[in-house]
Amino acid sequence: MASRKHLYNPGAILKGLSITFGFMFRKRPTIPYPSLKKQHSPRFHGLHELRRYADGKERCIGCELCSSVCPANAITVIGAENSPDDRRSPGERYAARYEIDELRCIFCGMCEEACPTDAIVLTPRFEMADYRRGSFIYDKDRLLVPPDAGVGMPPDDRPGGIPGDLGRVAEIKSTTDVDTGYSATWRGEILKTQHEGLAILKKPEAQE
Amino acid sequence: MPLWLEVLIKSVILLFVVVTSFAYAMLAERKILGWMQLRPGPNRVGPWGLLQPAADAAKLMLKEDLTPETADPLLYKLAPFISLLTAFSVYAIIPFGASASGQTWAIGNVNAGILLILAIGSLGVYGICLGGWASGSKYPLLGSVRSTAQMISYELAMSLSFVGVLILAGTTSLDGIVNAQARWWFVLPQFVGCMIYVITAVAETNRAPFDLVEAETELVAGFHTEYSGLRFGLFFIAEYVNMLTVSCIATLLFFGGWNAPLHLTFIPGVAWFVIKVACFMFFYMWLRATLPRLRYDRLMAFGWKILLPLATLNLVVTAIVVAYTG
Amino acid sequence: MIAFWVLAAMLIASAVWTIVAKKPVYSVVALLLNFATLAVLYVTLSAEFLAVIQIIVYSGAILVLFVFVIALLGSGVAPFPTGPNRLPKIWLPAGLFTLAAFGFLIYAVSNVKMAAAPATGAVGNANVFGSVADFGKALFTVQLLPFEATGLVLMVAVIGVITLGGEQMSDAEAQQSRMRADRAVREAILREGKG
Repeated sequence: MASRKHLYNPGAILKGLSITFGFMFRKRPTIPYPSLKKQHSPRFHGLHELRRYADGKERCIGCELCSSVCPANAITVIGAENSPDDRRSPGERYAARYEIDELRCIFCGMCEEACPTDAIVLTPRFEMADYRRGSFIYDKDRLLVPPDAGVGMPPDDRPGGIPGDLGRVAEIKSTTDVDTGYSATWRGEILKTQHEGLAILKKPEAQE
Repeated sequence: MPLWLEVLIKSVILLFVVVTSFAYAMLAERKILGWMQLRPGPNRVGPWGLLQPAADAAKLMLKEDLTPETADPLLYKLAPFISLLTAFSVYAIIPFGASASGQTWAIGNVNAGILLILAIGSLGVYGICLGGWASGSKYPLLGSVRSTAQMISYELAMSLSFVGVLILAGTTSLDGIVNAQARWWFVLPQFVGCMIYVITAVAETNRAPFDLVEAETELVAGFHTEYSGLRFGLFFIAEYVNMLTVSCIATLLFFGGWNAPLHLTFIPGVAWFVIKVACFMFFYMWLRATLPRLRYDRLMAFGWKILLPLATLNLVVTAIVVAYTG
Repeated sequence: MIAFWVLAAMLIASAVWTIVAKKPVYSVVALLLNFATLAVLYVTLSAEFLAVIQIIVYSGAILVLFVFVIALLGSGVAPFPTGPNRLPKIWLPAGLFTLAAFGFLIYAVSNVKMAAAPATGAVGNANVFGSVADFGKALFTVQLLPFEATGLVLMVAVIGVITLGGEQMSDAEAQQSRMRADRAVREAILREGKG
């Protein structure tokens, strides 16, 4: 008989109706995404980026550790010797080719843990949609930050921690990237919209 | 003006009004459901999503019209039109207001109005059950069998809930019933009847929590699983037009039609009618956002063992009271 | 008058379609068309109550049950099973019989002295012949006995269906079933007490 009591209990139905009615006037947590963008945490695993030192030299030394640790086989690195008159990186070698297939990538972040020079980091950028599969293979042109884009501190100068330590990767990420921001257009509209979103976000919360 | 021309003009106007209200009832439902679930609802097409119905219509028209190989082609193609035809034809006799001289605003005024509405409403089940059967696959078939059983069961209680009103009004014509409610609305003396009507109307229109016919979790989409494109759109229109219809009937029978409450006569009667119908539509959406779907055996038990005896009792009590008080 | 001939033609055509249709569902659809046409015909005779009842009862309830049964039996899209065609052998006697019956009907109708046609008003007027009020008055005064008798006949039919369709139980089975029900109730009471 208990079931019948609950099934035909108008009081319970009225209570349910009052709850749903009350919900109509609650604040809605929805973020109207393309027009208002919320910033991910600096440690978010998004699109990769190849970093430089303050003097403009590439951090990557072409050691291929990222490529060998990658569980999805998404990274291809072909290293080459630095020529004495055109040194790309402080070490002996640099990455002649560096390609990441972002369709294969699982964004686990093991490449940035493996990197001895903190050259590859995962940024909080996540809007990579495109119409062609081929455009998801990011080569060095698109991964490497431009020389004038701002840099993190060189690894040796940073206080504490061993190279490759997660905390320090987070630190290097937070020094540049979206918050201080560079208005570079090298990744096109994606970045611009992200900046616009950030500008909106910094205003007092505009809910729809 | 010749009669046929008058009827034609009235019909075109009414069709336009009904289709527009369908479009915005659909948008309102999505908005209200959204708000009740802490979502904003459609807000991308036009300001506040107001152009969403146009976008939906364009989408449905451009979709491919599929006919399954196992379907019965003739009935499969015919069924949505049956649904739509029965849904729309009710509006030929629904009055929306009255001028000061007592002229009713309706296409036709039939003496047996309320009975005719019942008759046309009872034909509405054919669209669903033929469509489900003709699809030639199992989920639509189950949906159509369910709809047949459900609609026949609840039609009885619904008809009985009408009779109490008819006894009080002493007429079967819709404007007569509305005029009989000039002093007080029938929802007061016929509260039980009104409750029964509201519940059965939800079941008749196959809306949540009685949407066993298209229960997504069990039957994919019930009777219209196989339908696509414009034909699906026709079923969709029919469902919302039926919702509007039952709201109109509830307004006419129990809530005084275009009679203004509390002598607020400075607002015209048609506006009152629209407001009352809109309140009902909101109530149906509110129910959908609140209540879970009934189990099928409980739906049947509720219809036959609770609603039908209750409606009969209500009818007998009303008849006795009217007989003794005159 | 034109309306009558059009409707009559539709009636006969749909009736023929009902019989010759290969699939049961088409028969139902044809019958639906037939009933709807008949209702319209009633309206032209200003018998609007009868028209409405025709649709509510026959189209809205009985035919829906036909569809229900067809759907449940799962005769599917398959056509009627075709047996040996017996029609050619009996068409002559059947045709003759039909013609004779029809002729008799026409003869009878044309010889009956019809009462003066009652004043038929426009559809929609109350208290004229065929209206709901008129129909109701006739049903509960002049025609009360036949009306109640029909009700009784239908009641008998319902009881007969229940008797024939209900499961036959022997005394021992009935005893067992009662015991099962008692046990279920006891268990339910125990559960209630614990919960």
